[in-house]
Amino acid sequence: MSVYHRPVSNIWWLKRKPYILFMIRELTSVFVAGYCIFLLVLVYKLTQGADAYGNFMVALKLPSSVALHLISLAFVLYHTITWFNLTPKILVLYRGEERIHQGLVAGTFYAVWAVISFMVVWLVLGV
Amino acid sequence: MAETMKLEIFRYRPEKEKEPSFQTYKVPFREDWVVLDAINHIKDEIDGTLSYRWSCQMGVCGSCGIMINNVPKLSCAAFLKDYYPDKIRIEPLTGFPVERDLIFEMDDFMTKLTEIQPYIIRKESEEKPLEEGEYLQSPAELAHYKQYSMCINCMLCYAACPVYALDSTFIGPAAIALGQRYNMDSRDQGRDARQEVIASHDGIWECTFVGECSVVCPKDVDPAAAIQRAKVSSTVDWFKDILIPWGKKK
Amino acid sequence: MAKSNEPIWWSLFSAGGMVAAMVLPVLIVITGILVPFGLAGEDPLNFERIHSAVSQKDSVKLVLFIVITLPFFHWAHRFRFTLVDVGLKSVSTLISVLCYGGAIAGTIILVVIFWNI
Repeated sequence: MSVYHRPVSNIWWLKRKPYILFMIRELTSVFVAGYCIFLLVLVYKLTQGADAYGNFMVALKLPSSVALHLISLAFVLYHTITWFNLTPKILVLYRGEERIHQGLVAGTFYAVWAVISFMVVWLVLGV
Repeated sequence: MAETMKLEIFRYRPEKEKEPSFQTYKVPFREDWVVLDAINHIKDEIDGTLSYRWSCQMGVCGSCGIMINNVPKLSCAAFLKDYYPDKIRIEPLTGFPVERDLIFEMDDFMTKLTEIQPYIIRKESEEKPLEEGEYLQSPAELAHYKQYSMCINCMLCYAACPVYALDSTFIGPAAIALGQRYNMDSRDQGRDARQEVIASHDGIWECTFVGECSVVCPKDVDPAAAIQRAKVSSTVDWFKDILIPWGKKK
Repeated sequence: MAKSNEPIWWSLFSAGGMVAAMVLPVLIVITGILVPFGLAGEDPLNFERIHSAVSQKDSVKLVLFIVITLPFFHWAHRFRFTLVDVGLKSVSTLISVLCYGGAIAGTIILVVIFWNI
């Protein structure tokens, strides 16, 4: 008997909203890596002396730099939110027979995130 | 005049056509009808040639899974009123080869289910003789795997999984979740044997955590979580092997 | 079936994902908003301060190393599977080499930079 194999389109991820959101989540990694390349360049500029580093810092004020930062921020925030919301699915904790509520686990991550963010501001900016 | 609704149904009759097509049927709309009622109505009153699977009509047997507007659903649990008055598009579950109309071939799934050895395995030396009674288990121990034991093998999770649709060598959500169900059972000692399949390339590592398998699951088994947790424990195994090679069992 | 080496990549992916989730948003706010708009005082990231911190303190180097390189591996793993998911499975080996190779290259570059600072 001949069975029919339905072809799978390479744009399957455009066909339903959950799949589109999945693809956006996966593509946040591009912005994650992009920003880390930026950090890599920043550290490199440190080795090139005060002038090169100073010019790089001035360039941060360019509208294109700010725009790129804002776009990256949107994607990286999406990464953070999806990451923290999915982690409690993997980190399954029990108290006796009762599973510890996923919201509590996720909430802990958000709290740690807030603390780390303030620490980074304090350490990096010295304020 | 009674209200009606249109169902656009995937048809494939291998004896007379090479390519599938869609056929539209007009059915009465009733508040209390599920999609399966409408399909049964078509079979009984309109077109007896339509083929599909169903049995219990109460969300337990897992045989009536179909795609409704591209979403895998049990047709006995999807109400017409949630779609009315729009047309409903019905197809066999995605990712599986189609035998006829809404009937798909499930051999691949069955093979995978047996591959993960979904039963309690004891080490030979630790098998109790029958007269010594059952292996006891506390409610807390039961709680650790109970969710994963609720699977009814309806295959909706496979139909929701793009990774399986793209490459059917992937072991897939339900089979891995069932493997986890036994791995996490305090009475079971068969994890090492199952890891051969679960921790292989075609096992958990193909999964990209799309997460739709868990969304469509009618029994809240959460296979996506089962797979990610298996990744964690397999990673722990891997590092143990590297760091303490002499700790290897047998 | 062959024992998989995926755990090494997956654990780097996970660690990198966690680091990225925790520290990248605030860093982007700093270099993209606070610093360019002067909201954090006069030139808080001035050369002397940052250069001495990075060049003199190994703890700063270590933190920077973690913050920069682990997310590279996060990207490598995730992007590799994204490409496979859009139908490029036939060239999956090449994709793996390019993605992880890129992350490894980034790591080596950072080590060289630290060496020369």
